Amino acid sequence: MVAPVPAPGPAGSRESDGVEPLLRVEDLSVTFRSGAGPVTAVRGISYDVRPGEVLGIVGESGSGKSVSSLAVMGLLPGTATITGSATFQGRQLLGLGDKQISRIRGSRLAMVFQDPLSALTPVYTVGDQIAETIRVHQGLRRDAARERAIELLDLVGIPNPRQRSKSFPHEFSGGMRQRVMIAMAIANDPALIIADEPTTALDVTIQAQILEVLQTAREVTGAAIIMITHDLGVIAGFADRMMVMYAGRVVESGVVETVYQQPRMPYTMGLLGSIPRLDAGERQALTPIEGVPPSMVSLPVGCPFAPRCPMRIDSCEQTEPALLGVVSDDAGHLAACHRSEEIARDGLTNTDVFVATTVPEAPPAARLPREQRPVVLEVRDLVKEYPLTTGGLLRRKAGSLQAVAGVSFDIREGETLGLVGESGCGKTTTIMEILELAKPTSGTIAVLGKDTAAMSGKERFAIRRDLQVVFQDPMASLDPRLPVSDILAEPMITHGVPAAERDRRIRDLLRLVGLRPEHADRYPAKFSGGQRQRIGIARALALEPKVLVLDEPVSALDVSIQAGVINLLDRLKAELGLSYLFVAHDLSVVRHIADRVAVMYLGRIVEIGTADQVFENPTHPYTQALLSAIPLPDPVKERSRRRILLTGDLPSAANPPSGCRFRTRCSTFAHQLDDDRRRRCLDESPELTGAETTGEDHEVACHYPAPAAVI
Amino acid sequence: MTVVTDTVTDTDVVSRSVSRNRLVLRRFLSQRLAVAGVVVVLLLIALAYLGPIFYPWKYDQLDFQAFQSPPSPAHWFGTYQTGGDVFARTLRGLQKSLVIGLLGALFSTALAAAAGAFAGYFRGATDTVVRVVTDLMLVLPGFLIIAIFSSALRDGSWLLFIVLLAGFQWMITARVVRGLTQSLREREFVQAARFMGVPGWKIILRHILPNMASLLIIDATVGVSSIILAEVGLSFFGFGVQPPDVSLGTLIADGAGAALTNWWQFDFVAGVLVLLVLAVNLVGDGLRDALDPNSEIEGAK
Repeated sequence: MVAPVPAPGPAGSRESDGVEPLLRVEDLSVTFRSGAGPVTAVRGISYDVRPGEVLGIVGESGSGKSVSSLAVMGLLPGTATITGSATFQGRQLLGLGDKQISRIRGSRLAMVFQDPLSALTPVYTVGDQIAETIRVHQGLRRDAARERAIELLDLVGIPNPRQRSKSFPHEFSGGMRQRVMIAMAIANDPALIIADEPTTALDVTIQAQILEVLQTAREVTGAAIIMITHDLGVIAGFADRMMVMYAGRVVESGVVETVYQQPRMPYTMGLLGSIPRLDAGERQALTPIEGVPPSMVSLPVGCPFAPRCPMRIDSCEQTEPALLGVVSDDAGHLAACHRSEEIARDGLTNTDVFVATTVPEAPPAARLPREQRPVVLEVRDLVKEYPLTTGGLLRRKAGSLQAVAGVSFDIREGETLGLVGESGCGKTTTIMEILELAKPTSGTIAVLGKDTAAMSGKERFAIRRDLQVVFQDPMASLDPRLPVSDILAEPMITHGVPAAERDRRIRDLLRLVGLRPEHADRYPAKFSGGQRQRIGIARALALEPKVLVLDEPVSALDVSIQAGVINLLDRLKAELGLSYLFVAHDLSVVRHIADRVAVMYLGRIVEIGTADQVFENPTHPYTQALLSAIPLPDPVKERSRRRILLTGDLPSAANPPSGCRFRTRCSTFAHQLDDDRRRRCLDESPELTGAETTGEDHEVACHYPAPAAVI
Repeated sequence: MTVVTDTVTDTDVVSRSVSRNRLVLRRFLSQRLAVAGVVVVLLLIALAYLGPIFYPWKYDQLDFQAFQSPPSPAHWFGTYQTGGDVFARTLRGLQKSLVIGLLGALFSTALAAAAGAFAGYFRGATDTVVRVVTDLMLVLPGFLIIAIFSSALRDGSWLLFIVLLAGFQWMITARVVRGLTQSLREREFVQAARFMGVPGWKIILRHILPNMASLLIIDATVGVSSIILAEVGLSFFGFGVQPPDVSLGTLIADGAGAALTNWWQFDFVAGVLVLLVLAVNLVGDGLRDALDPNSEIEGAK
């Protein structure tokens, strides 16, 4: 299915059209009690939502973006103190009793949550759950409500809605559940839908589908949408107006195009400059924002962003700037910065304000042609099978699941291979097989030329020095009960580094990753996510490895923190001559960091080649769909792109489709091939081949490859 | 939680932080009953060990001037038929019961931690063996088996008795520990250690057990009272601590016959036992609430 990206909606300014706002929030504040003192999560925010518009709220975790909407919906726990006002269709929402607000909530005001599994009741069928909201709010009879529920499921794109309405939530995939949530949200024809990170838990191709469904829902009901997200790309394509939140306040708001093109608050500028962009290539200089968001317990007086702001002046530390109109811009463009007029007058951009780190020069080894560099990691026809068993006590083998079905790649010295794909494609299984250094089900893994199947225990232990790993979740990857010095010492103790050498090395490592030697005595809980990830990297580097496996190293971090870690990885690679196996689902990050890219789908590599080739000249239909599904943080470009939407979900690896594994979701197969040519896709599994690609180092597994630029 | 700034300048302002240990302590102290439990337990320990020093009568001393006499300034809890001092014997019995309870709980929790963690971490054959043993131990009638064994160790030391008591206590906790280990095993810091080449037993000691410390602390505390009760039960029927040694159980057995006629021979000892077990349980409940971040504690906010 090929669908154009929706045209921009009515992008009016705040005062111009005199339409009565649907929702008016004024001076909303929310305070929680905590062990460390009162936490004011939202500190006096005001905004309007007009009928039919999409308001995007962006912010990092802890910025108060979700809390402010939960307060409006009356969904905060009783321990929260809420002040201010929220008028919805002329009616004050704050202070309403639970019964009164329940009548509005779910009918005129609907919500779509991030996690659709916990938002649906597991013991009722989805049809009954949708019908229930209709019966409660519209008083329809049971069978009429059920018919309406089936219509709604059809509307949000659930195939066989009549039959599927009798299914239970666990029988749906994440994307399908989110569709059900949207169906439930629009069941009573709401005037406002609040979507709180509706696509964050989903893969990009599913995210594209859900955004499409939300767009349909909006067209059908004419509802306004508040879209809460941390993804600037989603906002760019979907919202009319946006607000940027920081430390419980709105720091910039306005029409989406204006904010993206002329940000007037350094935080917004930094945020936009710190995201790697799919359309920017690998030499893009990222501008990380130093520091971390302030603790909401004891906010200093003055601008909360001042400690991280390269433009701060004395008055920033004395008074907190109000959200004011920016001269010489659109009337609706507001920014909370003492120096926003200067920024507007001088036309400053993020590279003027923030220090952009240039991408460091490649080490001498990496400048040699690829063929002349030694192979550090080689994977040949790797297969990993899990047995499927039935029965409880006496297990019988009922079949097997091929999580990885024949994957081959190699990494040469000083090179980064990006392994990308959606969840369930087998990329994590692949790296776990490599890290275990055990004999795979079939195929070979060779680290620095040594085959893992033929290794003795001693050799395996020795080779672990050269192969280290950095994990995704910086909260989970460090033992919370050990101080940083012990965490960093562990690999060295294990491999017998003498104590005196260890202490020196710990200090060096901390300095290397941008922390201070004094940090060694602290516990992981004292550090922010970005700093913990740096500690994780330092631990991986402790034994001076040659290959680093990076398992989604930045995906758990906030945008402004991500850039710093990416720059660090860039620098370390150049300084230490490391080779990376970089696993990620975020293709923008891979675009920035990888030299070569392998795209995986359902246990197989479907396309592999240099990053430039794969991103600029994607040849496999799956790569094309994947790339086109990624939203660009640029409203103009994003809205003029054509998007290739994949239909359906990833098939089960226990029962993969015959022939080409991608054919069930392939748009080429569905729309461009006749039955004779389809036969080949049905019967024959395509092999990776470089025969029909233009680049030298570029292979694709497709019977009918057709390169197309999609960015 | 405090967050240190990322910059390398020396100006990171560390706002007042509340460390986890202090938070737990604060939550614990905010529960009056639990604090009262701690005070009572400490007082009982002090009484059991310091009391005999100051009290004029020893537990094996007989007062031939006072047979079966009710409480008096000379004999605070009265005397037995033979002239033995009830207070002195209660303190002696309390000592023994405390030692058995504390050591037994420690031993049973350690056994549970080791068995559960190894089964959960190494899986496979280790897991199967541990699981079969745990299930077997759960279906065996512990009381009867200890009773049978006790005749064999009639002249053996009471330490063996502790081992037996603890040996029938660890199974349920071991199952919980096994489950927790299985989930911790998949945590990334454990995986990181594995991929560094750290051997399994070291990972268990360094990473897995410390991360379930709160469970183990609670289990050991609650274990104290159940071991004391088990000991009392067995000793009451003559299977536990053997004379001339006394424990709260043997004292209760001695006094039970006279409970209605010479009340002081029974009521004081029973009272001390109830007080001890109640106080230990209050401490256990308090610890559980303080260590469990999800429990609501009034006044702790």
